[in-house]
Amino acid sequence: MRDAPLVLLAGLVVVGLGIGIASLRVNPYLYFAGYVILQYIVIATAWNILGGYAGYVNFGTPAFFAMGAYTAVFLIQTMRPPLPVLILAGGLVSALLGLAIGYLTLRLRGTFFSIATLALSIVLQTMIINWEFVGGSRGLSVIRPSGPPFGNYVTFLFTVMVLLAVVAVSAARFIERSWVGRGLAALRDNEEAAECMGVPTLRLKLFATTVSGFLLGVAGAPFPYYVTFVEPNSAFSLDYAVNALAMPMIGGTTSWIGPVIGAVLLGSAQQLATVTISSEMNLFIVGIVLVAFVVAAPEGILGLVRRLRGR
Amino acid sequence: MRQPWTRTIVDGALAAALTVVLLLGSALGALAADPIKIGFGMALTGGLSANGKPALLAIQIWKDDINKKGGLLGRPVELVFYDDQTNPATVPGIYTKLLEVDKVDLIISGYGTNLIAPLLPIAIERKLTLMGMFGLANNEKYQYPNYFQIQPAGPDPQVSTAIGFFELAAKQTPRPQTVAMVGADAEYPQNALVGARELVKKFGFKTVYDKTYPPSTVDYTPIVRAIKATNADIVFVASYPPDSVGMLRAAHEVGLQPKIFGGGMVGLMFTSVMTSMGAALNGVVNYDFWAPEPVFMAMPGIKEFLKEYQARAEKAGVDTLGYYLPPYSYALVQVLGQAVEATKGLDQQKLADYIRATEFNTIVGKVKFGKNGEWAKGRTLMVQYQKIQGSSVEQFRGPGKKVVLWPDEFKSGAIIYPYASALK
Amino acid sequence: MFAWDLLANAVVAGLLLGGVYAAVSLGVSIIFGLLDIANIAQPAFLILGAYAVYVVNTAFGVDPILAGLLFTPLFYLLGAAVYRVYYGSFERRGEESLRGLVFFFGLLFIIEVSLSMKFGVDYRLVQAGYLGKSLEIGGIGIAYRLLVPCLVGLAMTLTLYLFLGRTFYGRAIMAVSQDRLALRLMGANPVHIKTVAFGIGIAAASLAGALIITITPVIPSSDRDYIGRMFAITVLGGMGSIGGTLAAAMILGVVESLMSTFFGPSWAQAVSFGILLTALAVRPSGLFGR
Repeated sequence: MRDAPLVLLAGLVVVGLGIGIASLRVNPYLYFAGYVILQYIVIATAWNILGGYAGYVNFGTPAFFAMGAYTAVFLIQTMRPPLPVLILAGGLVSALLGLAIGYLTLRLRGTFFSIATLALSIVLQTMIINWEFVGGSRGLSVIRPSGPPFGNYVTFLFTVMVLLAVVAVSAARFIERSWVGRGLAALRDNEEAAECMGVPTLRLKLFATTVSGFLLGVAGAPFPYYVTFVEPNSAFSLDYAVNALAMPMIGGTTSWIGPVIGAVLLGSAQQLATVTISSEMNLFIVGIVLVAFVVAAPEGILGLVRRLRGR
Repeated sequence: MRQPWTRTIVDGALAAALTVVLLLGSALGALAADPIKIGFGMALTGGLSANGKPALLAIQIWKDDINKKGGLLGRPVELVFYDDQTNPATVPGIYTKLLEVDKVDLIISGYGTNLIAPLLPIAIERKLTLMGMFGLANNEKYQYPNYFQIQPAGPDPQVSTAIGFFELAAKQTPRPQTVAMVGADAEYPQNALVGARELVKKFGFKTVYDKTYPPSTVDYTPIVRAIKATNADIVFVASYPPDSVGMLRAAHEVGLQPKIFGGGMVGLMFTSVMTSMGAALNGVVNYDFWAPEPVFMAMPGIKEFLKEYQARAEKAGVDTLGYYLPPYSYALVQVLGQAVEATKGLDQQKLADYIRATEFNTIVGKVKFGKNGEWAKGRTLMVQYQKIQGSSVEQFRGPGKKVVLWPDEFKSGAIIYPYASALK
Repeated sequence: MFAWDLLANAVVAGLLLGGVYAAVSLGVSIIFGLLDIANIAQPAFLILGAYAVYVVNTAFGVDPILAGLLFTPLFYLLGAAVYRVYYGSFERRGEESLRGLVFFFGLLFIIEVSLSMKFGVDYRLVQAGYLGKSLEIGGIGIAYRLLVPCLVGLAMTLTLYLFLGRTFYGRAIMAVSQDRLALRLMGANPVHIKTVAFGIGIAAASLAGALIITITPVIPSSDRDYIGRMFAITVLGGMGSIGGTLAAAMILGVVESLMSTFFGPSWAQAVSFGILLTALAVRPSGLFGR
């Protein structure tokens, strides 16, 4: 952790930039679109901690994201605590979820974990649909708090998301460079061999699912205030599952930069497509690009860049 | 070569005059061509696109009609819209772009309760007049005075679907006693069921079955059997298109024959469903908003609209008859357009005040708004499918197959009761 | 008084549904159970098969299940092609797990969205003479709409069971998952065998799709309803066991049916997945697994 002060400084600079952009009060559309892209940076980074570093594919991203959102909804309906509490609570609940799923399935092979995550989304969505207090299948309208900084609540959320993105990326980078990251890489390459060498694979896997879950929950917690209407179909949307997969794959899964690149590129493209061409085509293109990358450029853009540099 | 200075002055003056004329001319021309932009998101993909796409077509027809007559306030009308993918999370972004980047003059909502919900806070924040397209009770929490809903649900939206159904049941002799109600775990059916429960209490019926099912149910036979086992007189179903079809088919297979069957089954009125279900629809008493019965066909402008809509529908890949929502979508923009003309401007508050105070003449008849922007008087119809034979689409074009039973002002035929008699 | 006839009907309906669920899961049983390839795109091929049948049924009035049978060779070829791409891009390089999964996920998405763009989101149904009629046996009603697909599903299961157990290719397929080297030594090319198996798996999916659209209307995103069921049945039944797949499918069908009838349908699906998660936690090799 020799470069900790440098990382801290870089992080502060980015957050400062975010606040600066926010106080400029440029065209509000920028903050709405920017929020979504930043949210995806967090989601992609979170997914990659488990998927890219450890090699365990999580298809249930929507479940973790939605649990963060619905924890926030529950708290808003009961105690209305300030936003930081909502974010922490959302993260904790999803972290616990990650831990639970991990404990149930990680003693088996990776494919079983993936299948379990598929089933998880459906089970949780059914539970939420039947829980009237948070709106059930009808959904719930949430009123934003008044008097936000920067005058507009979404502008404020934009800066919050900048902060969360910085936190997520720093965490990923920290994990990547620590012994945890090396252990995860070892078990990704050959789990049996890693076990034999004394790597505490189960504990590392549980750590990865917990951290990944935490960050996904954190991404979901501000969602109710952003969209003001939360209902199960959109909270558990398959879009999150696909994008959480596609963004790291396209950017490159081996490093913390990959998910960021993927999120910015794919996220911006999707935002642009939403307000230009028909958005079904947009999804179709994501699918094609994903498959193309996975087949032809499995290491993503990072891999391509490395090859170009001749490494 | 130098020109005499007099000539320079004359040239200069001419040039100046020409420039001024040109500038003025282009300014006036630009003003005349300066379109009025109406912006909205619409469900063109995703679960609600089956209704969103016809709605868009209807709005586009209105735009063409109004531009043929010279536009609004002498300016052409332009539509700016984006696909909201039936995903409420896209709504804040879409409308912010519409307002801040595209700089639209007026907004209307997308289709459906879930897509209107995230839009209301935006409208409230910016003090905009918002016309809502088919949402249930969106304004109950906010009570925003500048919101108006084109769905004819009336002042009590939750009971609006079921009230006709239960009133009809209560009027029959011998009076039915027991009720079985079932619905999907989704927004509209849950709302409808809440209303149904209230009405059951009000009319003094006895509930013998009250359950919900997940929308991904594959087979409805167990559910229908369980209902049959209760021997309920009244069976009320609140469902979306796939479950409506599934429930109806299962009912025929199991031989479910209560005294009155139907209620809030979305989808039965879609042309594609009517033609594939055919005679299986006979006897079902269901909610509806429009029917090709004489009283509706006599309304001003409806015949021309339907002609234009049906001509374009096939190519647009939407419901070919348009006998459900499209007339209301057209009426929504009709109201807005009439308000703009009457207030001679685009002032949001003036528009809202005008719309609140006026009774409009539209292709779906007289429209007057009341509390929370809902219709002052509800007009959800109860229809019964009768005498359908085979599956040709032509039989549905004219009156007689989807008879209006309720409310009395629009009644066009008598109920065939009990349900079993209609099956013969 | 306990509703015996309700119970009997629920169980019968569940068994009939189970027969169809077995057909739906056969492809996964082969591809995931025997070849160890987690083909998440399987449900998309199911729905693709359903739409193919819909088009032919609407245009020419061909019986849906007959149409499904006619399409199987086509889907076999499609499956073989998909496997070749998968093999060339991943298996050969030894990078199956992560990238393979993502590849199939992308494929699932592409198929679903293409169907959506071509056919829109209206529910599609098929017409057949026997739909809407039912049989009464001793107080139990059996709808033809469920009976015919169930019988076809059982026939498919039996055919595959016999194929795998009695024919050369079948036994080669079972062998390839256990010991590739031995298989090579016996003169069979593992890649070729796997291509055949994958093709069969996809063909099975497409025929099962014809069964599904006979039972219930279908839209492009219907595939998501089956992802969980397919894998739950395969895992519960035991990887690679056709008999296990059938048993697990029946169990799932009956559980869903009983939950629907007695406790309200709301929890039926979730309970099925609860079973899956529990099975994974407690006995991952399934009921009849190797």
